[in-house]
Formats: sequence, C-alpha cells, structure tokens
Amino acid sequence: MAPTSPASARRAGRRSPLATAALLVVGLLATGGAYALATTTTATAETTVASAQLIDEGGKLFAANCASCHGLDAEGTAAGPTLIGAGALAVDFQVGTGRMPMAASGPQAEVKPVQFTQEQIDAMAAWVADLAPGPAVPADRYIAGDGDAAIGAELFRINCAMCHNVAGAGGALTEGKWAPGLAGVDPVHIYGAMVTGPQNMPVFSDLNLTPEEKNDIITYLLYLEENPPVGGWDLGSLGPVSEGLFIWIFGLGGLVAVTIWLTAKSN
Amino acid sequence: MSTTATPPTPSAETAPGRGMRFTGWAANYVDERTSASTAVKALGRKIFPDHWSFMLGEVALYSFVVILLSGTFLTFFFDPSMTEVEYSGSYVPLQGIPMSVAYHSSLDISFEIRGGLLMRQVHHWAALLFVAAIGLHMLRVFFTGAFRKPREFNWVVGFLLFVMAMALGFTGYSLPDDLLSGNGLRIIDGMIKAVPVAGAWISYLLFGDEFPGTDIIPRLYVLHIMLLPAITIALIGIHLVLMVVNKHTQFAAPGRTNDNVVGSPILPGFAAKAAGFFFLVFGVIVLIASFFTINPIWNYGPYDPSPVSAGTQPDWYIGFADGALRLIPSNLDVVDPFGFTWAFGVLIPLVGLVVFLAAVALYPFFEAWVTGDRREHHIAERPRNAPTRTAIGAAGITFYAALWAAASSDLIATHFRLTIEGVILALQIATVFGPFLAYFITKRVCLALQRKDREIALHGFESGRIVRLPGGEYIEVHEQLDDFERWKLVSFDEYQPIMVRPNDQGKITVSQRLRASLSRWFFEDRIAPVTQNELESQKH
Amino acid sequence: MADAHDGPDHGDNAGTAVARQDSHDAAAPPAAVVRADRIPNPGFPPERLRVTDLDPKKARQAERTITVLFFLSVLGSVLAVAAYILFPIEEGDPSTIRLNNMLIGVGITLGLLGIGIGAVHWSKTLMHGHELVEERHPTRGSDESRERAVEIFREANAESGFTRRSLVRNSLIGALIATPIPAIALFRDLAPAEDPIALLKHTMWETGTRLARDPSGTPIKASEVTIGSAFHVIPEGLAELESHRLEEKAKAAVLLMRLPLDELNEDPAKADWSYDGIVAYSKICTHVGCPVALYEQQTHHLLCPCHQSQFDVANHCEVIFGPAARPLPQLPITVDEEGYLVAKSDFTEPVGPSFWERQL
Repeated sequence: MAPTSPASARRAGRRSPLATAALLVVGLLATGGAYALATTTTATAETTVASAQLIDEGGKLFAANCASCHGLDAEGTAAGPTLIGAGALAVDFQVGTGRMPMAASGPQAEVKPVQFTQEQIDAMAAWVADLAPGPAVPADRYIAGDGDAAIGAELFRINCAMCHNVAGAGGALTEGKWAPGLAGVDPVHIYGAMVTGPQNMPVFSDLNLTPEEKNDIITYLLYLEENPPVGGWDLGSLGPVSEGLFIWIFGLGGLVAVTIWLTAKSN
Repeated sequence: MSTTATPPTPSAETAPGRGMRFTGWAANYVDERTSASTAVKALGRKIFPDHWSFMLGEVALYSFVVILLSGTFLTFFFDPSMTEVEYSGSYVPLQGIPMSVAYHSSLDISFEIRGGLLMRQVHHWAALLFVAAIGLHMLRVFFTGAFRKPREFNWVVGFLLFVMAMALGFTGYSLPDDLLSGNGLRIIDGMIKAVPVAGAWISYLLFGDEFPGTDIIPRLYVLHIMLLPAITIALIGIHLVLMVVNKHTQFAAPGRTNDNVVGSPILPGFAAKAAGFFFLVFGVIVLIASFFTINPIWNYGPYDPSPVSAGTQPDWYIGFADGALRLIPSNLDVVDPFGFTWAFGVLIPLVGLVVFLAAVALYPFFEAWVTGDRREHHIAERPRNAPTRTAIGAAGITFYAALWAAASSDLIATHFRLTIEGVILALQIATVFGPFLAYFITKRVCLALQRKDREIALHGFESGRIVRLPGGEYIEVHEQLDDFERWKLVSFDEYQPIMVRPNDQGKITVSQRLRASLSRWFFEDRIAPVTQNELESQKH
Repeated sequence: MADAHDGPDHGDNAGTAVARQDSHDAAAPPAAVVRADRIPNPGFPPERLRVTDLDPKKARQAERTITVLFFLSVLGSVLAVAAYILFPIEEGDPSTIRLNNMLIGVGITLGLLGIGIGAVHWSKTLMHGHELVEERHPTRGSDESRERAVEIFREANAESGFTRRSLVRNSLIGALIATPIPAIALFRDLAPAEDPIALLKHTMWETGTRLARDPSGTPIKASEVTIGSAFHVIPEGLAELESHRLEEKAKAAVLLMRLPLDELNEDPAKADWSYDGIVAYSKICTHVGCPVALYEQQTHHLLCPCHQSQFDVANHCEVIFGPAARPLPQLPITVDEEGYLVAKSDFTEPVGPSFWERQL
C-alpha cells in the first residue's frame, strides 16, 4: 500500500492543536494517500491474476524471513501458527503494519516500522494466498471511506468500542494485551483486521459485517481523524480519567499558584 | 487608596460632590428600611487572615457560582425527556440514529447554539474543579487542626457539602443520557440491586420501571437543578455564617495569639482580593473550557444497553467508589439458608465506603474525646506538630488514593505497559497495607521535622561558614534566629496522654481505659517545644 | 481593633485559654502541658513597607497598570461579542464550532482575568497595606445571656406545661412521627404496580426466538458464525418493539461466539445448549450489569471493561478474575429447519447483577 499514508496521517493526527492548518494538511494528504492507495490496490488485484514470478519471489522472502517460526511450508511450528488459509489480507495486515516479523515474544505482536517494501509484502501475500484460499485484499470501494458515517459509528460502538474505545483511542485487554488505538491506521489495515481477526481480535467475517458495513466503519474512523474535536484539545480521548488529572494538575494547581500570588505581600 | 500616612481625602472634608450626595441618600434610604448599617458596622472591618491555603474554600465557592451561572444557561436549552426521537442535527456520524430527547438537546447545545458548547464545558470543568477544591480545602482544614473546637460543626457542614458536590456531580453526569453516563447509571442500578431486602424494589421505584425506564433522567434533572442545589446553597450559607461567628483561624506568627485575629479588613482590602479572585477563578475555568474538550458526548453515542466503551470511568470524584468495586475478589455471593442472596462483592465496598466517609465526618469528635482537649483553638497547627493526626490523615489519603487509582486500572495498564491483573493486585495490597505504611512513615517524618525545628530554635541554622578556633578546633558557625523567626518554631503546645482516673463512684470504666490507651497512642511519641530556660542556658 | 504595628504588644496569651477551660469533669484533665517557662510571644515584627508606600512614582505606575487591565477586560468582553457574531457555526463544518468555542471563550477569559488581576493588584499594591488586629472572644455566649436563655426556657416550660402535661406532649410526638408516613406511601407510584422481581427473572427469549444481529435485527445462520467470530446478538423482533425496547435489550443482549470443538469444555448437563461449538452467553455482567463484550478469540476470555471481571468462555464462563460473583448465564441454543440459530428457551436463571430474591 502507499507507504506514505499511515505515517503522514499519524503525523497530522486529530490531536493537533493547530486545527485549521492541520485539517487542511490532513485533507490534502488523505486525498493524496487515498489516490496512491487506489493505484496500489489495483496493482494487487492484478497480481492475483498473473505472475508466478511474484509468487516465486514471495516464497523466497518467506523462506528467508518467516519460515523459522511458521515452518518452511507455512505449516506452523510451536513458535508460530500455520498460514495455510490465512490469505493475502492477513499477510498484508501483519507485515504491512510492522507486526510481523515479530521482534520478540510478548503479550502480543507490536506495531513496528515496516520491514519490507509494498512489492515484497505483495509477493509474500501472493505466495500465502497461493497455498490455500483465504481472505484477499478488498476492492477499493470497500476501503474508500465514502460510506455512511452514522451507520459506521453505530456498528463501531456495538462491535468495536468495548476494546478500542468509542473514539478509537484503544484500551486494555487481559494479561498485558491491549487493543491498539485506531488513529492514523490505513483503511486497508482496518479492513484486514476485521476480516482476519489478528491476535485475540475476534473475526468479523463478511457474513457478520458486510463489506459495505466495514466501509461504513472506516468512514466513521476517517471522519474522526479528519475533523478535529470541536471542544478543543481532546486530552487523548481517554474519558474522565484524563479530565480528572487535568483539572487537579492544571486547574487546581494553577489556581493554587494564583492564591500564592494573591496572598503574598507586594514588594 | 491610602498610600501615605495621611490619606488625601479632600472630597470627604469639603462639600460632597453630586455622586457622594446620591450615595449618601441611597445609603440612608436603604438603611432606614433594612438597618443595613448594623451589618456593615459588624462585618465591614472584620479581619480576615491572609494565607494562600485559606483561599481554597473560596475556589470551591466561586466554582459553585460559576456552576450556577453556566447551569442556568444550560437549563434554557436542555430537555430532560427520554422520549425517543431520530437525530436531525448537524453532527454527521449520528444522523438518523434514534436517541432520547435529552441526548438530542445536549447535542444541540454543543453543535447548534453559539457558545453552547463553551457553557457546557465551563459547567463540567467547573464541576470537576468544585469537588477538587472542596477536597483540597478539607485536607488543609484537617492537617492544620482547624476542625477543633469551636469548629467541629462547621467541619460536618463542610463534609455534607462535599457529599452534596458529589451528588450534584453524579446527577449532572447522568443527564446527557449518552453511552458513558448510561453505563454509569447501570452500575448504580447494579449496586442498588445488591442492597439486602429492598434492593430490587428501590431500583424499580427509582427508575420507574425496569432499568433503564423512561423516568430516570427527568427525576435526576429535578434533583440536579432544584433539590440538591437548594440544599447546597443552604449549607453554604450555614458554612459561611459559622465561619464569621467562629472567625477564621490563623497560623502562628509573632504577635498572633489564640485571642486575636491579624489580617486585612474585609473592606476594602480583603473584599477587593476576594472579588478579584472570583473573576480569576471564573477566568481560569473559561480559559480551560475554550481550549480543552470535556465529555465529548457525541463520541459516546446515545445510551443503549448493549455497547460499552473501553475506559468507561466515572468523573474523578466517584472514582474511589468505582475503584473499590474493582478491587474486591471474585465469587463473593452468598445465598443464606432462606434462599436470599447476599452480594458481598458489592456490599463490602459499599459498606467500606460508608464507614470511610463516616470516619471523615466524625473525626473531630473522636480527636476531641481522645485528647480531652476542651479549649478553643484558633491557631492553625503546623501538621508536623500533631504527628499522630497528620499520620492518620496520610493513611486516609493513601487509602483513598489506592481506590482512586484502581478506578483507572485499565488505563494504568495500557499506559505503563503492565497487566490489568498485576495493577489490580498491587492496588489491593496498597489498599490494605498502604495506609499502615503511610502512617508510620508520616509519623516518623513529623517527629524528625519537629526535632529539626527544635535544633534550629536552640542552635540556629548552619551557616556553612567554617571557623578555626585559636585552639586549632574547627567549628561551623551557626546563625541564631531572631525572636520573630524562632516564634514559628516554638509556639505549639505539648500534650500529655490522659491518665486513667476513677469516676465519681470510684470506678474505672471500660470507655475510660479505651480513651486512656488511645490518648497514649496519640501523644506518647512527642517532642516538647523549646522552653525559655533551655534557650537561656544555650545562650550562655 | 488596632493596627498591628502601632498597637500594644499582645504578648503571651497562649496560656490563658487553658485557664479559661471549664473543669466540671474531673475525669478529663487538661491534656495540654503549659510550661511555666514557655518562650514568650515576641509581639509584632517591624513592618516592611511596600515600594508603592515609599515611592509615589511606583504607586502611579501601579495605578496605570490596573487601569490598563480594566480596559483590557472591556476589550475582552467586546471581543467575545464580536466572535459570537463574526464566527458563527456553519452547518456541516465542525471546525467552525471549535473556532466559535475558542474565540468566545478567549474573549470572556480576557474580560474576567482583566478584572480579576486588576482588582487583586489594586488591593495588593495600593490599598492600605498594614495588618490589623481584632480581638477574639470565646464563642460561647456570655454568662448573662446563657442564664437568661435558661430562664426563658424555664418560663416557657412553666407557661406551656410541656414537661408537666406529659400526655399532651407524648401524643404530639406520636402525631409528629406519624405524619410523614403518608409521604413515604405516596412514593409507591414512582413505578407501576407490577412486581419487579418477576420482571427481573424473565427476558424476551423464548423457545424458538431467532438470534439476530444488533442493531439491524437480521437473523443469524449457524453457518455464518465462523470460528473465532463474535456476534453481538438481540432477540429477533426486539428492534421492532413499540415500547420497552431498551428495557428488554438491557436483559436480553447476548454475545455469540464459535470456539474450536476441542477447546470448548462443556458442562455435561448443558452439553446440548451449544451448537457445533457455537455458544451464546448473556452480555450483562453478573457484577453490576455492564455489557461484557471484550472477547479474546485465542484465550477465549471475556473481559468487562467497567470493572475488569474476566470470564472463561471455554469453561462455561466461570469467573477467573475480578469482582464478578457468578458465571455469565448461558442461553441454550439450537438451529431451526432453515438453519437459523434459535433459543431453546429463556435463560434458566436471572441475568445481570445479584439481587436479594434472585434464588427464590
């Protein structure tokens, strides 16, 4: 996918105080990103048709980078699950967000700088998709973010918010795991996460949430990203805890400083 | 404005100007009908001592005024009905979603009315500040012993105000009928249902139906805008009248005694400062409200019993109760032989909190009984000079803080890369053992500080200047304090434990034994203030 | 009242309070030790004058500063009104709300802080800076007024016969206790005349009710529930309810999950409550009722985001961590002839938090 879009969207995230300027930048970048994205996903679609050469290249990359955990034929080992039937979309999500290859075992795979170019990721995805049928990278219209934000928001609240927080700020799971924040995540990765259910996330197959509904959810998340919080700085969208800390430290703290000035005798 | 010894007030001496004549006429007009001059005479030059920590209660008072003003604005637009409507406002991600009228009108205040969002944010930030300022004010009063005779009643009134502030806050938090507040109400419903015998019935009557019903928001609204504010205003009135009757405490300083008040008079100096401070508090709240989002209800969506958000927490002042609910171990339901269910998993935190709050409310009476001290106290003690009380306070803060932290256990886990289970376990330990640890550490620190004070009062402080004596000996020169500086360090009372004595019938009762041992616990470890003799012998 | 720095030295009065203490109770001796050789109160220290007291130029400067602050305040109020008019909220552009909020707020802030800082600065620099002293008196009334108060009560008692006519008094107390009772009774109609206990024990689920997606209400086929899926479920027909929709949803919300058969460890008595690894559990926490919806598809743990109770779906939702007291109730399910998932019956126990009559 467009290598610029996740990083740039994160840079100009919704928490920026320079609202208007940031909004413009986000808008421009998002448009550019979406355009770049559109062109690359088309490329992915083409690869599925052709190119045994691509699959071959993917096989080599897999053997060199993934086979130690997932097995030479992706049959799975004690260190990593089988990828037979995982599909191209799972590879695109896991490698494209930097979660794979895993640096160290921990409660869950972490987002890291992406290790491969999009061509290499596509090659590995093609190789895995060639092993057995699995979820494929979606068509552009399902990740365009042009759906109904209201339906998306409602579905997001019911299916996603308990882990990812209503504003997509993320949240805690058991035993040190966590649901990541969703700001700045590429739409194709949001889509991929819903379809493939990475790590402990449940699977939301097309029989549960239709591709159109997934697009609605993406639309809502893009709406949050593109529109700065109307009330001013959102303090991380973490709810009453950050608000409470803020009022104690800056509100009451500031007023205590005022009382000290107020009661000190003038020079 | 008298800046010199002889204030230039020509207007008072020569013929009064037109403005003065009008003022005089108006004052006379009012006084002949109200006897207002008596009040001005009694209060106008009343002395109010100056110390920054004496302004904390004012922060609370002024944020309450801000709450009243912004709240009145909000009532003009808010509609508490729970009738279901479809959203038709300008916030795109909610368009066409069914919601209650209450939530719809809260959204309209935020999105359609100019300055409406500002007023909502002012109201909510001021509410958080109100309770926080009350909390800090209570801590100041506690740690300086300003609750002692004759101010025990006012402590209780203040405590009731703290409870009222929490009740006002919680009812207000529930009104927008969004997902966050709805889940808050659901938790309250769950807690009420756990109450033995009548729980399910109380919940049913409160909600007017099964949860959530269609009555709770209008009912909470009436409480929030009428009953609770009326009680709060009445209590604030009592609080202030009692403060005037008792006069404010002051810290020990040269010339200040238990029998005087030193400070600036209400008119003009103190009034100017206090009124100016009102505008400062108001200004700071508006400043925060213009730049920082609070409770973005549009993110949460309308209340629906099925969804919930990660990080569902109450506002900070209810946090300790929420934390207590989180810390209790699993599987504590007990069914008694008659088939009734005792939900101890909810009841233990509930009873624990009531006991904690009762202990806070009744502490002044407990301390008065233990110390047997019946004098009036108008000098605010330095916390170190009452080591046991300070240590008890530190233990209470630790207990409260552990519960409070538990309410954000999930956020602590995600932000510090810990496990939820580990955070909860650590806070369970902190809740049980933390207060004891805090008690012992604080008491030792107080005694050490007292010892240091004593040392400085007797020998002065180290000047850092090393001098060689003729005999070859090196000494560090200590700089002596002057009498004024020393007074702060020596002007406290030494207390002795109460002895057990037989009463009129020549008996020693159990309560006396208890009291004597508590008194021993209070005062056994103590550092006596420096006396004149010690000082004299040190000087020569 | 006297100026602290010109007035007489008040010396050491600290001991006098002890002497004044009433000593009726011999069992409670004064606890404070008042030493004879206490260090005396040195009296008021010499006063430090402010620069504005000493230098008329500085005083004039302060006067100018204060005036400027008050004018700034006026400017702030004007700005707030200007922002109200010039930066309206435009439909469909949320950033205008942000701008409106911020600019009106900044104007009002300036209006308030200008007055506040100005008034305090005035008080601190230009108003009479000496500390004044006021005597305190014991809070208790004077002996004279206390005696008179006692006398008044005694006279009132004698004139009314409040203690003498004990029958009258006691019947009055009885009447006063009885009067608020109707007020309590009046609150009965806060809720309709049904028995809440019966309501709490039943939900909308009946034999044959199809499981449907929340919020759309479309029924779910067993074949649609792939391994690792989690469906948020309501009873079919709930979305169309005319009344009590939220009340029914608050009891009937269900989470549907499919686990690999070898990882599902079922209670033999409830073996036929699931369908091919598909299980349905109440979403309402048994602690205090939050929706338990965080499903981890690999560990099969359910987490409640409100108080962190954890349930193990693989082991009939037993509580493995947190404050919950009971496993989540399971909804017995099967499939109908069209392949849709349906409830076999209602829940067999009340859902949600514990209450007194739960087991009866």
